[in-house]
Amino acid sequence: MRPRLLIKRLLFLVLVIWAASTIVFFIPRLSSRNALRERFAELARTGGFSSTDMEKIIASMQKQFGLDQPLLQQYWQYLNNLVHLDFGVSLYKYPATVTELIAQALPWSISLLLVTTILSFVIGNLLGAIAAWPRSPRWMRGIATPFVLLTGVPPVIMGVLLLFFIGFRLKLLPLGGSYSVGLIPDWSWPFFLDLMAHQILPALALIFGSVGGWVLSMRGMGITIQGEDYVNFAEHKGLTPGRIFRDYYLRNTLLPQVTGLALALGTVVTSAIIVEGLFALPGIGSLINVAIRANDFPTIYGIVIFITIAVAVLMAILEFVYPLIDPRVKNE
Amino acid sequence: MTTVAMSPQQAIEQPNGLVLLLRYLRRNKGLAVGLAIFLALVLFTVIGSFTVDLKHAYPLSVGLKKPPSWQYPFGTDFFGRDLLAAMVVGLWQTAVIGILAGGLGTLIGVILGFIAAYFGGFADATIRTVCQILTPIPVLLIQVVIASSLDKRDVTIFTMAFIVVLLAWMGPTLVIRSQVLTMKERQFVSVAKLSGVSDFGIIFKEILPNLLPFIAAAFVSQVFLAVFAAFYLAVLGLGPLREPLLGNIIWAATGQGAFFNGWWWWPIEPSIGMILILGSLALINMGLDELANPRVRRTE
Amino acid sequence: MNSMTTTAPDARTAMRPATAATPVLRVEGLEVTYYTDLGRAKALDNVSFTLNSGEKMGVVGESGSGKSTMALAMMRMIKPPGRVEAGKVWVGDTELVSLNTEDMRKARLGKIAYIPQGAMNSLNPVIRIGAQMVDALKSHDVKGSSAELRDRCFAALHSVDLDPGVFRMYAHELSGGMKQRVCIAIGILLKPQVIICDEPTSALDVVTQRQVMETIDRVQDEINAAVILIGHDMGLMAQFVDKVAVMYAGRLVEVATVREMFTDPKHPYSRALIASLPNLENKGVFQGIPGLAPSLLRLPSGCAFHPRCPHGNQDPQRSVRPEEVTLAGGRKVTCHLYDAEGVKNG
Repeated sequence: MRPRLLIKRLLFLVLVIWAASTIVFFIPRLSSRNALRERFAELARTGGFSSTDMEKIIASMQKQFGLDQPLLQQYWQYLNNLVHLDFGVSLYKYPATVTELIAQALPWSISLLLVTTILSFVIGNLLGAIAAWPRSPRWMRGIATPFVLLTGVPPVIMGVLLLFFIGFRLKLLPLGGSYSVGLIPDWSWPFFLDLMAHQILPALALIFGSVGGWVLSMRGMGITIQGEDYVNFAEHKGLTPGRIFRDYYLRNTLLPQVTGLALALGTVVTSAIIVEGLFALPGIGSLINVAIRANDFPTIYGIVIFITIAVAVLMAILEFVYPLIDPRVKNE
Repeated sequence: MTTVAMSPQQAIEQPNGLVLLLRYLRRNKGLAVGLAIFLALVLFTVIGSFTVDLKHAYPLSVGLKKPPSWQYPFGTDFFGRDLLAAMVVGLWQTAVIGILAGGLGTLIGVILGFIAAYFGGFADATIRTVCQILTPIPVLLIQVVIASSLDKRDVTIFTMAFIVVLLAWMGPTLVIRSQVLTMKERQFVSVAKLSGVSDFGIIFKEILPNLLPFIAAAFVSQVFLAVFAAFYLAVLGLGPLREPLLGNIIWAATGQGAFFNGWWWWPIEPSIGMILILGSLALINMGLDELANPRVRRTE
Repeated sequence: MNSMTTTAPDARTAMRPATAATPVLRVEGLEVTYYTDLGRAKALDNVSFTLNSGEKMGVVGESGSGKSTMALAMMRMIKPPGRVEAGKVWVGDTELVSLNTEDMRKARLGKIAYIPQGAMNSLNPVIRIGAQMVDALKSHDVKGSSAELRDRCFAALHSVDLDPGVFRMYAHELSGGMKQRVCIAIGILLKPQVIICDEPTSALDVVTQRQVMETIDRVQDEINAAVILIGHDMGLMAQFVDKVAVMYAGRLVEVATVREMFTDPKHPYSRALIASLPNLENKGVFQGIPGLAPSLLRLPSGCAFHPRCPHGNQDPQRSVRPEEVTLAGGRKVTCHLYDAEGVKNG
């Protein structure tokens, strides 16, 4: 890989992260809301308060957070912090830093997110490829439609329905939480199974919502590819249908889809936010959910930027990996 | 050479547009079903606005927590909304957001995509780069940021539409841009230019008609995204809380533990409503996708 | 026309070892219809002809005349909305139209091979050339170790004058001419009895054209197959084929030896085609053929060519379909101007 291309890609990565963090920085400051003040108002509601004291505390916290400095200086400080992966301190769970909170929540989410993204990719693309292939049996080609319909079911609603019918009515799977009440997390097999059982419904909710997207895009791709001359020639060569499907059709349709994996992860994460909240899983989704309800702005922004960085980095990685699997792409 | 009898090429009878459309719908069942559901929803809203007292869609209008009955076919919720009225008003508001945001997003996309492709150079480079940079950013999350920064009183369905449009225009821009680019290279544009048609003439008479299927597809997908995004924000509690937006209702329901308290109808009805709206839009989108890409178009 | 540096076809046929002239390909009454939204289009109308092993037949005609459709129909590759309505295709002892799907699949490449037009995109871009040759062998139940299969491919590559190193390359690493020759190599892997070349040189430059045509010539000699060459370059036809078949609006309007076709074309359309060839000695006005080829959805009544024919504005041309007539020497013409004895009067 030539160094110039490498630099271009890295520059892009940096630009994306910069753009996201700048947007996230400036928007809240454009509004008239004052996070600190609101937080204190809330705290004050639960306990008593003396207004002068509160003002003093607010003033000192402003100073501590650097909120009394001119905007540009704050911005500079902010960018500086970002480079060191310092997202600031949570307002709600003060004095925990946002970074700590993310680090705590991340492990609970990772398995869910990875499994969901990969499974939707595999299932969705396979279904889409089959749906577009003229020689698939009729019933298989029709499968595309229900799944596309399912994209219309936001994962949260799917979660609600699954929760209701399978969890509530049929009592087959747990209603929420990441592991059953009373169990102590450890590296044992029963605990692992219990953990998995709690992941099934949320994973299903997310997968059902994402599969449709892959089905549609793969189907479109498949229809283009099947009209290609080489697929035609493969048939002229008298190849078995299985071979044509696998080597001439599937390979060519699947490759371009891989580039969409990074964006897909981003989409899954955004859906996961609500689903995790619904199922009370202590992952990143719940974290941001709680932060929204509590107006914990630093946490909200920190998570948003974190997710953006993750997606952008994944995109960059995929771009580097892709030429390794597609012989046509030469890095000029 | 002897003279040759030349007969004019006989015109082929084209069945009129409507017949072709119906034949196509027969083949493309997905599109037909999508349109059918959509029309049913429209009917529901229209008939509903005449037959149901819409003021009951707001809290404290009717008795609380009543299950579906003859008087209240959809039941009522914790805050005293008649859910039937709520659904009618909610559907209508969702439609407004969808069409407003969708239309605006498509318009911006068409204009920007066009400028980028037709005028090329610096404009193209800028627009394209901006779109590319904004793409990896999880748009919904940014919208969450924006929505959560707003003063709760400022949130109305129009502000929601605005928030949703803000970061949705990139898709149509890139699609329209690539389509116009391919068209620019194709010969009918060069021929028109050679024939002396003005720039504007080319735009309106040659390029736009060919772009229509793509613009239509982009519009539908924008509406879909707008409705989805509005719903998403509402479910998180960031919507205009007084309005009976379907997402709001679900947010309120989960907030009050509707399932655990046995008020199942409360979150289920807006869920079904949402499924129908988004599902029909998705099907129509898929159908239009086929129409726009002739290769995809099914042949009998 | 290109200058004739190779020997004329007649002389070559004479030089060929005398194999029994067995009809290896027999097409009888092939009919194909396309059912579109705008109506029914008859793409092939009662097409019949015979070819012996070692023979080369060129098929010429305007775009839409049915040349490619005929090739596809013979390979049973007509897809909806098209359908083979009638006809038989005999390759050796096997009748193709009535074969079941699996047997037909095996017949493709095994008995009858198709070399596509526009070899630019006919090769799978993401697998190596070698893999694309070996999978053809494997799909036809050719047994052997991978080394044996590979050697077979090398032999085929050698026949088309390609370096064995091509085996390990990807499609995008080859030039247009090389790709076309790879397609030919694949076509001869199983030594089929009939090879159909669909405009094999249309996208190539003149020098490469010649190379490819000579390659086809050579491989045909090696395996003694019958070759159908579809194209619209009459000059190329003149140099390489033994017989010429002219198609118009889905029908075979004339079949003759190449010498007969170029010196004494019978059908008015063939006459016009020959007359339109640029002539080095007689530089003058270009003579085209007036009018346009008819849409297959709305064929003219009677003889499909009559609106453009100098003899067309009369009966029976206007109302009656001409039938095929066999003239002296085995030539066939489908025209009202001729009957079995020769030119009709009136």
